[in-house]
Amino acid sequence: MRPLNLEGYVGFANLPNQVYRKSVKRGFEFTLMVVGESGLGKSTLINSLFLTDLYSKDYPGPSLRIKKTVQVEQSKVLVKEGGVQLTLTIVDTPGFGDAVDNSNCWQPVINYIDSKCEDFLNAESRVNRRLMPDNRVHCCLYFIAPSGHGLKPLDIEFMKRLHDKVNVIPLIAKADTLTPEECQLFKKQIMKEIQEHKIKIYEFPDTEDDEDNKLIRKIKERMPLAVVGSNVVIEVNGKKVRGRQYPWGVAEVENGEHCDFTVLRNMLIRTHMQDLKDVTNNVHYENYRSKKLAAVTCNGGVDISKTKNQMTRSPLAQMEEERREHVMKMKKMETEMEQVFEMKVKEKKQKLKDSEAELERRHEQMKKNLEAQYKELEEKRRHYEEEKSNWEAQQRILEQQKLDASKTMEKNKKKGKIF
Amino acid sequence: MIITVYSCTNEGARAVPLAGHVGFDSMPDQLVNKSVNHGFCFNILCVGETGLGKSTLMDTLFNTKFEGEPTQHNQPGVQLKSNTYELQESNVRLKLTVVNTVGFGDQINKEDSYKSIVEFIDTQFEAYLQEELKIKRTLHSYHDTRIHACLYFIAPTGHSLKSLDLVTMKKLDSKVNIIPIIAKSDAISKSELTKFKIKITSELVSNGVQIYQFPTDDETVAEINATMNGHLPFAVVGSTEEVKIGNKMVKARQYPWGTVQVENENHCDFVKLREMLIRVNMEDLREQTHTRHYELYRRCKLEEMGFKDTDPDCKPFSLQETYEAKRNEFMGELQKKEEEMRQMFVQRVKEKEAELKEAEKELHEKFDRLKKLHQDEKKKLEDKKKSLDDELNGFKQKKTAAELLQSQAQQAGGSTTLKRDKERKK
Repeated sequence: MRPLNLEGYVGFANLPNQVYRKSVKRGFEFTLMVVGESGLGKSTLINSLFLTDLYSKDYPGPSLRIKKTVQVEQSKVLVKEGGVQLTLTIVDTPGFGDAVDNSNCWQPVINYIDSKCEDFLNAESRVNRRLMPDNRVHCCLYFIAPSGHGLKPLDIEFMKRLHDKVNVIPLIAKADTLTPEECQLFKKQIMKEIQEHKIKIYEFPDTEDDEDNKLIRKIKERMPLAVVGSNVVIEVNGKKVRGRQYPWGVAEVENGEHCDFTVLRNMLIRTHMQDLKDVTNNVHYENYRSKKLAAVTCNGGVDISKTKNQMTRSPLAQMEEERREHVMKMKKMETEMEQVFEMKVKEKKQKLKDSEAELERRHEQMKKNLEAQYKELEEKRRHYEEEKSNWEAQQRILEQQKLDASKTMEKNKKKGKIF
Repeated sequence: MIITVYSCTNEGARAVPLAGHVGFDSMPDQLVNKSVNHGFCFNILCVGETGLGKSTLMDTLFNTKFEGEPTQHNQPGVQLKSNTYELQESNVRLKLTVVNTVGFGDQINKEDSYKSIVEFIDTQFEAYLQEELKIKRTLHSYHDTRIHACLYFIAPTGHSLKSLDLVTMKKLDSKVNIIPIIAKSDAISKSELTKFKIKITSELVSNGVQIYQFPTDDETVAEINATMNGHLPFAVVGSTEEVKIGNKMVKARQYPWGTVQVENENHCDFVKLREMLIRVNMEDLREQTHTRHYELYRRCKLEEMGFKDTDPDCKPFSLQETYEAKRNEFMGELQKKEEEMRQMFVQRVKEKEAELKEAEKELHEKFDRLKKLHQDEKKKLEDKKKSLDDELNGFKQKKTAAELLQSQAQQAGGSTTLKRDKERKK
C-alpha cells in the first residue's frame, strides 16, 4: 500500500456527508436496559434522560406494577429530533432484587440478552437475509442503592455475570441522599470493589483528540455516576430547572455540582451512543456467536488443543478439515486392513503349502516303503527262483542218475548179473 | 468500516413527543466520526480493451499518477492487476484499490475473456464470506476487497457495442455495479455521440444488461442522480497534461484543430463521472455491493452447499439446527464411507477364504487320488507277494514231496539192495 499525493481536489472528502445522509435516511435504533431494585428511581431517570413520559398513565412504569417474580419487559418508542429518527427500546426488569430470596434473579435478564443475540445470530445466518433489526441490548444501566457503604452481594453477583454479555454502566441512584463527601467515599469504595472482583464495566474508548481524551479522563474519575432524576420543573433564581424540591432547597438534576446526571446524559446519548452499539456488536455479540458456533462445531466434546485451531475457521471450513482428516484416517485404515488381509492370506497359503509338503512327504515315504517292499519281494523271488532252479537242476541230476542207474540195472539184468 | 445494514423496524413503536433537546440528533455525527477515524475503502475495476485510456482516466479522476506502464497487445489471456493506494483529502483517509484488466480484447478467441474477471470478483466475495463464517472473526477491521464499481470502457466506434462488450457486461451485471463509459470520446462528434449513446442504451436494454442506476430514493440527491442517469453512458476524455487556457492551467488534450478540455462539460462528461462516482454516490456503490451483489453471491453459495432456511415442514431453521443438521449429514456420510470400506473388505475376505478353501479341497482330492493309487499299488504288491508265496509253498511242497519220494525210493532202493544182497548171499 502506497500513500499518494493528490494534485487537486478529487472529492472523496465528501464521503462523510454521504454516510451522514444515508444514516439519517435509515434512522437509528437503541436498546437500553435498566436493572435495579424497586423504588430506585429507574423510571424517573429514563423519563429525565429522554425528556419524555415513557411511562405515563396510559403506559405505567414497572414500579406501579407489583411483580412476584423477575420479569423482563420492553417498551418501544419512536422519537424524532433535528431530522434524526430514533427507535428507542427500554427494557425493564421489575421484580429484580425485590424478593426475599434473590438467587438467580439475574437469570431472566441473561436469558433476555442471550435471546436477542440468538435472534440476531439466526437472522444473520439465514440464506436469505434481508431485514435485520438490531434488538440487541446496547447498554445496561445498573442502579446501586445509595447506602453509602459499598456494593451489595447481589450487585456484585449481577455485574459479574453480565459484564461479558452487555455494556454495564453502574449508577448510584437517588444520589440526593448522599452528601458530596459521602458520595466521594461511596464511589471510591464501589470502584475498589469493582476492581477487586474484576468486573469489566463499560470503558470509554480513547480518541485521537487530546481534548476529548481530557474530557474522558474527567468522566472516568467520576465513575460510577451518581444520578438524580426528575421531570418536575421548578423555578430557582428566576431560572426554570428540573429538580426535586426539599424544604432545605432544590436538588437540580442538570447541575453538575449536585449530581452527575448531565455527564450520564451526554455520555450515553450525545457522545457515546454509537460506541455502545459498536462494542455490543463487535465484542459482546461476537463473544456470544463464537461460543455458540464453537459448541455446534465441537459437538459437545471440548478438546482445548483442537479448539484453538477451530476458532479461526468457519464451521464449514471445520467440516472440510474434518473431511480431510477422515479421508486420511480411512486411507490409514485401508492400508492397515490390507496389511492384515495380506498377512492372513500369506499365513493361510503357507499353511496350505506346509500341509501340501507334509502330504507329499508322506506320499513319498509310502512310495519308498512300497518300493522297498517291491525290492524285497524281488529279492525273495530271485532267491526262490535261484533255489528253485538249483533244486530243479539238482533234481534233473538226480533224475539223470536215476535214469542212469535204472539203465545200468537193466543192463545188468540183461547180463544176468542180477539173479 | 463494514456497516451491516440494519433495518429500522418501527413496528410496535409508538411515537412520543420530547419535552426538550435530548441530544440524540448527534447520532449521525457520532457515526460519521467513527467512520472517519476508521478510514474508508473503495475498490474500482476497470474493464476495457488495451489502449482505451483506462490508466489515464484513473489518473485524471484521482488527480495523481498511479503505477503501471502501458501494456502491449500480446497478452495470452486476460489478467487482473490490482494496486492499493492510500489517499487523503482533508481529514478523510481512503484506501483505494484500482484493478485493471490486462490483455482484455487482445486475443483472437475472446470466448473466455470474461472468465478471469468473474473469477476475480467471486474470489473477493468468497474471501469476505469465509471471514463472515469464521467462528472467531474480525469483520470490523477486515480490509474489504470486494469490487464496488466496475467502469466498463466502450471503444469509440460510434456505431454500437461490440459483442465482446455485451457478453462481458451480461456476465458481470449480477456481480458488480457496472458504469459504462465511452472512452476516448474526443474521437466522436457531438451528433454521432448522441446517436451512439442511444444505440448503446437500447442495446443494453434489449439484451437485459443491468447497469448501475444512481439512486433516486434520497430527496437530497434524487434530482441530480435522476438527471445523470439520463446521461449514461458517460463520454469521457482523460488527460494528465495541462494546457494554458486563458490564464488557467487546465487538464486538456491539444490538437491542431483545438484543445479538448477534460473538465469542460461541453467537451465531455468527465465532470459528471467524477461527480457521480466519487462525490455523490461512492457510499451508495459500496452499500449496493454489500447488500445486493454480495448477498446474491452468498445466497447462491450457501444454497449450493445445501443450506436452507426452512426444513421440509417449512418451519424456520435456527442456526444451530442448520449446522447440526449439516453436521449430522456430514457424519452420516463419513460413517457410510467407513461402513462401505469395511463391507468391501469383508467381501474380499470371504472371497479369498472361498478361494483358499477350494485350493485346500483340491489338494485333499489330489492326495486322496494318490492315496488310492497307492492302495492299488499296495494291493498289487500284496497279490504279487501272495502269488509268490503260493509259488513258494507249491515249490516247497513239491520239494518236500520229491524228497519224500527220494527218501522212500532210497529206502526202497535200500531195501531192494538189501534184498539183492540178501539174494546174493544165498
